[in-house]
Amino acid sequence: MFCCGVYGFITRKNMIAILISLELMLNAVDINFALFNRYLYPGHMEGMFFTLFAIAIAAAETALAIAIIINIFRVTRNVDVQGLDKMKL
Amino acid sequence: MDYSQFLAMKQEIGLLIVFLLVFLYDTFLPQRAGKGLPIVASLLMLVLTVAGFFTCFLGSPDVTAFAGMYATSPVMTAIKNILNIGVVIVLIQSIKWANGELMIMRRGEFYELLLVTLFGMYLMISARHFLLFIIGLESASLPLAAMVAFDKNRYESHEAAVKYILTAVFSSAVFMMGLSFVYALSGSLYFNTIGYAIIGQHSTMLCIAIAFVIAGMGFKLSLVPFHLWTADVYQGAPTSVTSYLSVISKGAAAFAFLVIMAQVFGAVYEHIWSWMLYVLIILTITIGNLFAIRQKNMKRFLAFSSISQAGYIMLGVIADNTMGTAAMMYYILVYICSNLAAFGVIGAIENATGRVSMEDYNGLYKTNPRLSVVMMLAMFSLAGIPPFAGFFSKFFIFTGALAVGTVAIYFLVGIALINTIVSLYYYLLVVKAMFISNEECVIPTFRSACSERLGLWITVAGIVFLGLVSPIYNWLLEITAPIASLFV
Repeated sequence: MFCCGVYGFITRKNMIAILISLELMLNAVDINFALFNRYLYPGHMEGMFFTLFAIAIAAAETALAIAIIINIFRVTRNVDVQGLDKMKL
Repeated sequence: MDYSQFLAMKQEIGLLIVFLLVFLYDTFLPQRAGKGLPIVASLLMLVLTVAGFFTCFLGSPDVTAFAGMYATSPVMTAIKNILNIGVVIVLIQSIKWANGELMIMRRGEFYELLLVTLFGMYLMISARHFLLFIIGLESASLPLAAMVAFDKNRYESHEAAVKYILTAVFSSAVFMMGLSFVYALSGSLYFNTIGYAIIGQHSTMLCIAIAFVIAGMGFKLSLVPFHLWTADVYQGAPTSVTSYLSVISKGAAAFAFLVIMAQVFGAVYEHIWSWMLYVLIILTITIGNLFAIRQKNMKRFLAFSSISQAGYIMLGVIADNTMGTAAMMYYILVYICSNLAAFGVIGAIENATGRVSMEDYNGLYKTNPRLSVVMMLAMFSLAGIPPFAGFFSKFFIFTGALAVGTVAIYFLVGIALINTIVSLYYYLLVVKAMFISNEECVIPTFRSACSERLGLWITVAGIVFLGLVSPIYNWLLEITAPIASLFV
């Protein structure tokens, strides 16, 4: 799942799709933590708490990213990454 | 619950009070009082810095709070104070920009976001548990994306912001993936518990985990394979935000990186991560320098110069000893002064004329001699020419690294030395443009705002005196001495 996310991040041309790939990566992390906690260290709940916080943080990240993408959309009327090349070497 | 443990977080609470005062001022005072907000914010930060120094000199003991999640010690207090100084300078320099025509509605938000990111950096530095660390990391990087997008009327600002937020989220995902592997190996997220759990382990999983953690932090520090966002973001963001991003955010991340590597992974320094960092440092310094040579835009130029400076800062991590830590803190302090001087000049010129390309600086000495001298001092300090502070900071960080004493480290420091000479070339290009080149359309003589001049005077004082006043470095060395025991 994490690798799917990385693949999507690199290959996708649409910014919303890139954002979805990022969500995939973050969710992979969450599942990892929950699983390791459940099967390896069932005694305490550290991993579960980390998952909870990570979900909240991911939500904040997505909200901010979408706000910025909407701003770009207002200017350029599309959300493709090819449009983002005004600054070059 | 024992509420007295909040007393351990003196600096954080002070910062929160500053934040609340700024917020209340912004919300409840009438519109025309808003003009005073930048000055009030700078003064409050100044008070916080001075108060921080008092706690520093009165001696703050090593305290841990919240079941060991949070820790503070003289070193932490000192690095937070160093960051505070930088923030004060950034705030002073941005007064004119913040009082500009376009900022009237949004002036308050800039200061609130900035203070929140600083709070996040405090948490990053003081965290002793990865949960707190991640929260600090995110609250230090997410509001920054909003700050990068602050110039609503400039398209480049949005473009920079989207690049910044996507790479920031990507890097924190990679970082957390690494953490999940670490958790699987050790069953804990406390720094010292993990540190003891991985002693003597050589598994592939640990290698992958450390590589992920280094990659995640590498994005924040813009080390070389992960540096691609830096130049665009620096160019697109408003100059005040760029200067904040390049010194404060980088300094905090560097110190937090040092704490993680030493406390969590210190036990496997030799056979797992020292060579990873060797490769990263060599790449960072060399490629940062080579790309800096061909830049035409001053902000992009400073972006690549700051990439290579990050490589030098990392030498303090690789040293993994008291001297390295002290040298790194000193380096961050000097770097704050010199880089803010350079950005201050760029910002002043941009505010007055709107020009940022290197050709615009041709013949600047004839029209604006004072600004050119400040810029020259900044460049000399960044390049490491004695007797300016930059020379001493480089010298200390090299000696700190050489104390490790292996063949690899001699090789590494040798390459870093050669790169210093390369960097001299492009730093002097700017000086040459200002003093020697002649140009038809020189930037006309202008008088920069009072606040900008004040900011520049502070940085110039820093550049000239930090190197010559040796007690500062001695003091840093003294307070870092006790933490030698923390390196497993």
